[in-house]
Amino acid sequence: MAHASALTGDHSHSAHDDAHGHPPTSTGLDNKKIAIWAFIGSECMLFASLISTYLIYKGRSVVGPYPHDACLPPQCSTPLKAILNIPITSASTFVLLMSSLAMVLALAAVELKDQPMPSGWWSRRLRSSKLWLWMTALLGITFLGFQAFEFTSFVHEGLTIRTNLFGSSFFTLTGFHGAHVTAGVLWLLTLLAIDYRRGLGPKDAINVDLAALYWHFVDVVWIAIFTLVYLIK
Amino acid sequence: MAHDTQHEPHANVDHTAMGITHEHPTWSTYWKVAVVLTLITAVEVWIYYIPSFVASRAFVPSLLIMSAVKFATVVMFYMHLRYDHKLFRALFTAPLIIAIITIVGLLFLFGYFSHRTGALL
Amino acid sequence: MATTATAPAYAPTESYVGESGIWSWLTTVDHKRIGTLYLFTSLFFFLVGGVEAGMIRAQLAGPNKDLFSADLYNQLFTMHGTTMIFLGVMPLSAAFFNYLIPLQIGARDVAFPRLNAFSYWVFLLGGIFMNFSWIIGAAPNGGWFGYAPLTTMQYSAGLNIDFWVIGLQILGVSSLAAAFNFITTVINMRAPGMNLMRMPMFTWNAFIVQFLLVLAFPVITIALVFLQFDRFFGTNFYTMAAGADPLLWQHLFWIFGHPEVYILILPAFGLVSEIIPTFSRKPIFGYPVMVYATMLIAFLGFGVWAHHMFAVGMGPIGDTVFGVTTMLIAIPTGVKIFNWIFTMWGGSLRFTTAMKFAIGLVALFTIGGISGVMHASPPADLQQTDTYFVVAHFHYVLFGGSMMGIFGGIYYYYPKMTGRLLSEKLGSWHFWLMFIGMNLTFFPMHFSGLMGMPRRIYTYDAGQGWELFNKLSTYGTGILAVGLLIFVWNFFRSYSTGEIAGIVPWGAPTLEWSIPSPPPEYNFARIPKVTSRLPLWDLTAPRLTREVPHTEAGDKRLDVDVASKHTATGHPNPTANAPRQGVEAGMHIERATGRTARELGIPMPNPTIKPLICALGMTIMFTGLLFIHVNRMPLALATMIGGALLMTLSLYAWVLTPLEDAH
Ligand code: HEM
Ligand SMILES: [Cu+2]
Repeated sequence: MAHASALTGDHSHSAHDDAHGHPPTSTGLDNKKIAIWAFIGSECMLFASLISTYLIYKGRSVVGPYPHDACLPPQCSTPLKAILNIPITSASTFVLLMSSLAMVLALAAVELKDQPMPSGWWSRRLRSSKLWLWMTALLGITFLGFQAFEFTSFVHEGLTIRTNLFGSSFFTLTGFHGAHVTAGVLWLLTLLAIDYRRGLGPKDAINVDLAALYWHFVDVVWIAIFTLVYLIK
Repeated sequence: MAHDTQHEPHANVDHTAMGITHEHPTWSTYWKVAVVLTLITAVEVWIYYIPSFVASRAFVPSLLIMSAVKFATVVMFYMHLRYDHKLFRALFTAPLIIAIITIVGLLFLFGYFSHRTGALL
Repeated sequence: MATTATAPAYAPTESYVGESGIWSWLTTVDHKRIGTLYLFTSLFFFLVGGVEAGMIRAQLAGPNKDLFSADLYNQLFTMHGTTMIFLGVMPLSAAFFNYLIPLQIGARDVAFPRLNAFSYWVFLLGGIFMNFSWIIGAAPNGGWFGYAPLTTMQYSAGLNIDFWVIGLQILGVSSLAAAFNFITTVINMRAPGMNLMRMPMFTWNAFIVQFLLVLAFPVITIALVFLQFDRFFGTNFYTMAAGADPLLWQHLFWIFGHPEVYILILPAFGLVSEIIPTFSRKPIFGYPVMVYATMLIAFLGFGVWAHHMFAVGMGPIGDTVFGVTTMLIAIPTGVKIFNWIFTMWGGSLRFTTAMKFAIGLVALFTIGGISGVMHASPPADLQQTDTYFVVAHFHYVLFGGSMMGIFGGIYYYYPKMTGRLLSEKLGSWHFWLMFIGMNLTFFPMHFSGLMGMPRRIYTYDAGQGWELFNKLSTYGTGILAVGLLIFVWNFFRSYSTGEIAGIVPWGAPTLEWSIPSPPPEYNFARIPKVTSRLPLWDLTAPRLTREVPHTEAGDKRLDVDVASKHTATGHPNPTANAPRQGVEAGMHIERATGRTARELGIPMPNPTIKPLICALGMTIMFTGLLFIHVNRMPLALATMIGGALLMTLSLYAWVLTPLEDAH
């Protein structure tokens, strides 16, 4: 128990009750996990506000560039093409989805640390928490790289956060998402640091689970953004 | 309100107690889920490039359904809500529903639907 | 184990006192101390808001007065509203959440004690930040709902709105962090047998409020982020020339704003739901209905926001939907009013000060509710909106409702927090002056409002029929102020000279009264086992709880084995054959032992300064934004990066240190 609480450091006791220790939690569940779910619920409203604003302002920009339509004179002095890059974003969407796969594998590896090591090469790879944590973090960083590329190319094509309503709402929405991914990457790197220092074991599973829930949530938000912002014209 | 069902007996220890159930899915579930997600994404992008489909009425609904399926799949399997304590499901679903109602309400108030389809108002 | 119901003679020196140096307050993670800090801080801000109100009323006492300029007047009413809501009523409620939730559910602390300290420090720093604007003469001046585009750079170029935007962001962090904490606490820290449907009504109300906070605050956060980006980075969210919609801010604000009004009132409802049964000596009427009504209010509360916007012309569908949902929400609200009245009906009433305030809430909130339903009707509201009629409405619900409830709560729980009673005699003066002053101040506003007096005007011409009503309102404010001063006097004097309270001063039925006052740091030397909703009445007045569901013999839910001849702790149960459920489950009233947690072997979280440093880092980071607008870019960056580093480092240090010593 001292183990588990060393990471986030709060009451993480659950089912055990020693005579002088903590009473069990009333649901038998871990405090932090309840808190993270409440947090994720709260984040639903945060992204709901951002997404609504993006959609409300869709098609209301008075100058280009626009997401799906070209901007021709006289509205734009120089013709501008539709700005969203679907192939690139499809690739980054795929990357983020795969990072979720890596994340569940990392959690499973941590949970099974105590079990005897299986024999097959792949089965052994599956049991390496470091491998999958690295994989998740790197895929997350790759996603951020795609986003950085997207943002800079938009700026080159004349779309900044100040250009028009589309620019303001697009950069703010996807920027908020990117900030969440960044926080997630930092969280994963922290877990990795702990893994290297003392090894993550089943006792830490709860803490990896928290990071995983957050990570997947950021992924599902992207699923919604990809459809609502990129694909629907 | 399920006030009694929220109390699991204390008999369960360790993993279950920490909210990690034993009937946890394994590698074989995980990769299948990943394949499903990839396939749906591929279909989404594919139909985006079919002009006649984009022009049809089915385009937006099918995109919305596909992304809802992806959303639900990740939540159920990767966030293991399908296997976890139902309290967590409640903590997530209730806000999600309020969030969706809010988005739809706002879009309605800002004339999003009447702009685009002309049919709803 | 003591199973006797007679309270032992109270000896304050015996109770746990603990360290009292300033350092112990800066590092405390004890929910009771944090609650106390919240109480003092928010009472202070409440008085500041009161002074601002007094200045407003002085200006309006008669026509064409010019005590304050129009600009200063704008700052006064903006800061009055913002202070009362975010620095007064909300944190006063938070004081009670902190103090009471763990005690009422039989816990030793909240789920995340350090996060709790963090919430308080963020609140304090946010309050200081917001009021610092007075010192540099640029207090917020855009109204408490800060409508954009009025608040964009184009129309409000000063630092005034910057203080408001950033201040609210800081305060939002505090509320959100506290809400996650209390949700977890209520779900997970309840004593054995404390089913959800056995929780005291206050805890229920508080629990539901946390969900409102968690869902409403992100929306204003985003609305403020847009405003911040517009102001600092030149985005276009609220720039009409770029095609922005002037209603975006209004919608986002009120999606937050209406749930916010329930965030303000439900804790007070919870307090009176404790006070009224105690002083009627009857269990609350229709407990489950009260719970469900509160949930329904909270849920519907997310579907009525646009009733604040009827005047913008949303069209027939929008107006109808929001009119109807608003009228619907009055139903569960009315249910609660009737339940309080039926609780009193046939009870043996004791008119203590707390009870007077509680009844005051029932009466005055009802008046405010009725005017609320009146402006739920769009055609009626077009006449009332932005007039003093609306000002009358929300002061009846906020002052007559929230503040009356909170004062009642203070009289009721003061003995729990200090071991001493507030003077009933002064309390009675306080109540009556406040009751009369409040009605004299706000009732005439109904009339001036219907006669067309707009809100937020800094002065008015004679001859429009408003003079008399305004004069009455200002007199009323004077009476209110006297009442308030009596309260402050009572509050501080009783701390040292008040009557010793004894362990169960009011004969209340809930868990928090089963332990010494003030409680030892660990609250419960032994975690109670709960077999009914009114555990102490099971002990002292079983006649009153006959109708209330109990854990039945043989019902082994949650370790509470009432049939056992042994208490859960293994001692032979001396009263195993007695019919009193509470006793059999090991429920008892604890004496003050004066023993510390260490002596009893109870692990308690270690004090720590890190939450304070983290809160400080965050506030510094936000403050950096201000320097952008005085064209000190490098300074702004340095401050923001420095603050962010301080925040992150102390957060890591905090998270990587265990909460308590290994055991
Ligand atoms: C029966 C329940 C209630 C109903 C039907 C109701 C209805 C309304 C309506 C329709 C308005 C908009 C009036 C206008 O601006 O034209 C309003 C304003 C307001 N209400 Fe209520 N209300 C209720 C309860 C409450 C409660 C419990 C509170 C707070 C404790 C509250 C606080 C306010 C505030 C602060 C405003 C004014 C906001 C502003 O313009 O600054 N109301 N109410
Ligand atoms: Cu409202």
